[in-house]
Amino acid sequence: MKRTGAMALALEFQNVGKSFSGGKNRPDLKAIDGVSFEVRKKEFVAIVGPSGCGKSTVLNLTAGLDRPTTGSVKVSGETVSGPNPHVGFMLQKDLLLPWRTIRRNVEFGLEARPVSAAERRDRATRELARCKISDFAGHYPFQLSGGMRQRAALARTLAIEPDIVLLDEPFSALDAQTKMLLQKSFGRTITEGGITTLLITHDLSEAVAMADRILVMSDRPGRIVEELIVDLPDRDNPIARRAHPRAGSFINHLYASLKLDERAA
Amino acid sequence: MRVKELIATVLFGLAVVAAWEFIPPAMGIRRFIFPNFSTTMAEFSRMVSAENLWRHVLSTATMTAAGFVLGSLLGAVGGYLLGLSSFAERILSPYILGLQIAPKVAFAPLFIMWFGFTDWPKLLVTVLIVFFPILVNVLQAMKTVDRDQVNLARAYAMSRSQIFFKVEMPSTMPALMAGLRIGATLAVIGVTVGELVGGNSGLGFLITFGQGQANAAMVFNSILLLTAIGIVLYGIVSFFEARILHYIPRVER
Ligand SMILES: Nc1ncnc2c1ncn2[C@@H]1O[C@H](COP(=O)(O)OP(=O)(O)O)[C@@H](O)[C@H]1O
Ligand SMILES: [Mg+2]
Repeated sequence: MKRTGAMALALEFQNVGKSFSGGKNRPDLKAIDGVSFEVRKKEFVAIVGPSGCGKSTVLNLTAGLDRPTTGSVKVSGETVSGPNPHVGFMLQKDLLLPWRTIRRNVEFGLEARPVSAAERRDRATRELARCKISDFAGHYPFQLSGGMRQRAALARTLAIEPDIVLLDEPFSALDAQTKMLLQKSFGRTITEGGITTLLITHDLSEAVAMADRILVMSDRPGRIVEELIVDLPDRDNPIARRAHPRAGSFINHLYASLKLDERAA
Repeated sequence: MRVKELIATVLFGLAVVAAWEFIPPAMGIRRFIFPNFSTTMAEFSRMVSAENLWRHVLSTATMTAAGFVLGSLLGAVGGYLLGLSSFAERILSPYILGLQIAPKVAFAPLFIMWFGFTDWPKLLVTVLIVFFPILVNVLQAMKTVDRDQVNLARAYAMSRSQIFFKVEMPSTMPALMAGLRIGATLAVIGVTVGELVGGNSGLGFLITFGQGQANAAMVFNSILLLTAIGIVLYGIVSFFEARILHYIPRVER
């Protein structure tokens, strides 16, 4: 029984494998293997897993920057066959263009589209307000703190009105306090906007604090080894959610699932 | 603090001029061997009235500017083209390295054999000498553009030319400007060599002319003016650099 389409899926991985050729007389490197999962519209899914297990590979396949070796990737029901304008992504690096003001950076993604300059401005104004950085619209990236720059990067990502937003460790370069505040800010923006999100992270408490559902990936070649539904309230406020009495048991469960106590550093 | 530094700089300059004025005569060095400051200045006035000095200055300045602009333009275009085609870059890079090392001023006599005592030899030497540092800087910058930034543009479905003009080219601006600053200092050298080996105008010509007449003051003045032309060109490039690269945080001095 196939339920494709009926449930309004934003993203679908069907038995996806990806190998990288190892070069001359070295074996191919299997980054991920047999990965299947789905993200429904408006859902917030997190992927956790050890480093090098293929999390960023999942992002590259979804964004169409790479092709799967086996299986298929679908965004909003359509197979991804190249760079895909319906996917927005954001990395640990903000990727802001240093020679552009924050406003012009937010407009950047719209410049490849048939959107008038006036509409670009309107959309940028809206996203700047939504991400609470309107005051910095005329600033250059070097004038902003790391947290503010990530907000600008989120505004740029949302400006193209993507069907799904991919966040690849967006908070991991920030100090602990900025990180918490930014998680809260992102949590609210994403929940209020009903934005479909796939968060890639190695921070287990971050996954529990922000996601509806968590997928656990194994060591390379990465596979989905567990799915955890986080039925906690306050998805729009990660700080409150982290303090929830049951949050700890989710984190402990993930901890055990990744066998962190048996693992050498 | 700033004012004190400025005063110290000016005082140092005055001390050098004073030393130049008084030490050579005191040591009994003859004026046509090592003219002192006032002799050099007197020769300057004579050159203005009797040697058509400003015409020569204008000729050298024009050649410097033309060679610099042309060499920079060709170097930048070459750098971007090679940066866009890794195939061409791999094929041509040994030759580029070779030409980069070859002493460009040594081509001047050859160009005079080919083009005679016209402006072409000077211009060509200058273009050649300015060309390489700019090409190499731009090419290096093109090869080190942030891959993630290019991928972001790709993910936004930008065309190849949009990626070039919106991401790659602006990323290379700091390297291009650094290349232009090097080129600005080299341009004066190119023109000077061109004028020294063959020409009947320009400050390089006045240097050989002054040498022939055992007129060291004339050589001094020509060197000073060549330096001034170089400083002005460098200043213009720095002026544009500061405006173009305004988005790069400046380190507080
Ligand atoms: N373009 C590539 N070429 C070769 N190997 C790659 C490439 N991209 C990723 N890999 C390899 O695939 C594996 C998974 O990488 P990645 O998805 O970045 O892991 P993660 O994001 O989970 O840390 C790693 O071993 C990495 O070295
Ligand atoms: Mg990664």
